[in-house]
Amino acid sequence: MSAGEGDTRTSPFGEEAPVPSAAPAAQTGIVSSGNGSGGPLVRVRQLVKHFPLTRGIIIQHKIGAVRAVDGISFDIERGETLGLVGETGCGKSTTARLIMRLLEATSGEIDFEGKDITRLKGAALKAVRREVQMIFQDPYSSLNPRKTIGSIIGEPFAIHGMLPDRGERKQAVQKLMESVGLNPEHYNRYPHEFSGGQRQRIGVARALALNPKLLIADEPVSALDVSIQAQVLNLLRDLQRRLGLTVVFIAHDLSVVRHMCDRVAVMYLGKVVEIGPGDALYDFPRHPYTAALLAAVPVADPTRRGEERRPLGGDVPSPANPPSACRFHTRCPKAQPLCSEQEPLLEDKDSGTMVACHFPLTRDELAGMGVRSAR
Amino acid sequence: MSTNEALLRVEDLRVAFPSEDGIVHAVDGITYQVHPGKTLGIVGESGSGKTVSSLTTLGLTRLQGAHISGRILFEGKDLVTLPDDELRTIRGNDIAMVFQDPLSSLHPLYKVGKQLIEAVRAHRDVSKDQARKRAVELLGLVGIPDPGGRVDQYPHEFSGGMRQRVMIAMALANEPKLLIADEPTTALDVTVQAQILALMERLQHELGMAIVIITHDLGVVAEMADDIAVMYAGRIVETASVDRIFASPEHPYTWGLLRSIPTLDRPRDEDLIPIPGTPPSLINPPSGCHFHPRCPYAQPEHARIDPALEQVPGAPGHFAACLLEPDVRRRLWAELRSGQTPQEAVADVGLPEAAA
Repeated sequence: MSAGEGDTRTSPFGEEAPVPSAAPAAQTGIVSSGNGSGGPLVRVRQLVKHFPLTRGIIIQHKIGAVRAVDGISFDIERGETLGLVGETGCGKSTTARLIMRLLEATSGEIDFEGKDITRLKGAALKAVRREVQMIFQDPYSSLNPRKTIGSIIGEPFAIHGMLPDRGERKQAVQKLMESVGLNPEHYNRYPHEFSGGQRQRIGVARALALNPKLLIADEPVSALDVSIQAQVLNLLRDLQRRLGLTVVFIAHDLSVVRHMCDRVAVMYLGKVVEIGPGDALYDFPRHPYTAALLAAVPVADPTRRGEERRPLGGDVPSPANPPSACRFHTRCPKAQPLCSEQEPLLEDKDSGTMVACHFPLTRDELAGMGVRSAR
Repeated sequence: MSTNEALLRVEDLRVAFPSEDGIVHAVDGITYQVHPGKTLGIVGESGSGKTVSSLTTLGLTRLQGAHISGRILFEGKDLVTLPDDELRTIRGNDIAMVFQDPLSSLHPLYKVGKQLIEAVRAHRDVSKDQARKRAVELLGLVGIPDPGGRVDQYPHEFSGGMRQRVMIAMALANEPKLLIADEPTTALDVTVQAQILALMERLQHELGMAIVIITHDLGVVAEMADDIAVMYAGRIVETASVDRIFASPEHPYTWGLLRSIPTLDRPRDEDLIPIPGTPPSLINPPSGCHFHPRCPYAQPEHARIDPALEQVPGAPGHFAACLLEPDVRRRLWAELRSGQTPQEAVADVGLPEAAA
């Protein structure tokens, strides 16, 4: 949308926001979907981000590249929560930063509302940025300690030249504070006067100020205490439903992702290895990596302790020099010669998810792996 | 479990630090035991005192001007009053510790082997060659491939999981009787966490050592611990065997922890029930029961009376510090367990509305 229109929808909380169905999980076309109302909000196609590795101080020459994101394609449907999971270094945060346009893609395409934003600049980029907001992991370092809460939450208005009237801006900010469960009277307080959970609420209020269409939450609760995590998770879920927000939820905690997300994409070494509706993916993971990740999650139930679990051996290989073809073949219990010769593509294997695997898991194989969410 | 066979007995331990704003009561009278070959899980949030209590066991809070009282009995010796040089012969030898962050716990400029050799030679009068052999053996023991080559590498050449393995190898250098692991897997990915936990369990079986594992993750203690102590605001509010803590917890804070985390085996759309409020200040802890401002079941008198850790009737080994009547607690937990919210549970049990 254009920048001029914005003044009419400064506060997301007054009017009824249209809430699209929470689970747009049409079984056909999970990656490329044509799901009515102008198609998906975001379409990512063959997105690549390589960080060059250089040697030399004055005369630098490239000696390789870290292939952080290496050709991924997926859609983000309007009104859904898409989870991105994977281990450290799998490229999930890089993907988020590429969609935010905080990083320049090496190649590939990102469409936002049908428009290619991959190479936008200047005013056009600023207009898109208004529609995409982010919540960061660390509520301590992501708030300026010298600014009051009011000016932190009101900053997006200032950046985009909205609500120049001080009274109006204060009113809008206080409404935002109320909507995320903060006391509006604390408008003039500083970040250090708030606890971790409250600071994360401030981050959420700031992200919602411009009524964005897409919210990217990068590990929003992993820095918080356990008793506080549920407060923030409930808030995010509540806001998502109330405002019909589209959310990309990045986390390494698979239980949290299952709780929060309609669809989940599992990444490994810069590739999406499995993507699909949360129910299907957690009930019947087909990629051996997805199953291994799920089997590794400790479950708070000592009666199930004796169940067999086979932890995945080894470490994630270097993204500067990833294994050939299927990148998981070096750690995969099912690897065959084909896996190191031919790269598997994301395909529908009739269980609800799209899987990039030549030999997806069967129910029988899954039964012996100790995946606690499997039915 | 008779008390006289405990390897470690902590009795009424209190640790307070002076600060600009007042005295921080980090550990406020805790008592627990660790038995040989067993695992105790200490669960709590940041600021609950779980780390300070274990650092004190190793005498590591002495330098910070802490006021320490109570007793920490390890094989009959009181570690609170033991002179520094005697404590040094125990620390890293009979009692070893693994810390949360494996990157900052290793010296970046020394080879991993040199650091392991130092740990071995600190307590044993062996030659460098023998110590080096032991270092290679230790790296093999914790599952590092090619230990003979890896011993000459620097920490930055190891991945996060491998560094934590090195830390465990270092802790095991002198075959400790007690290993204290403070959030050993918090900085690691789930697959690596599973590897490290499996490794610790294997080594415990092979070497017969006792483990104290400190964590905020109930999943980790459910898999590792024999007994669990739940800490809140510097105190133990509940302690029992792992099975009892998960099957019939008695303290509202434990209930809150169990109901506020999403897990893989519960219905996906089940609402999480957060614990309201935030952890209290340890300088000015709330009066009465420290948990009462956040407790949905608190009664007016709970703001005045300080609950003691008392045995749960009919459950030897299960202690809880809660002012609610045991049968009220049982009925509340039954309601919560069947998916009721705390408010619904209060109404169904007929408890007067909470004052908080």
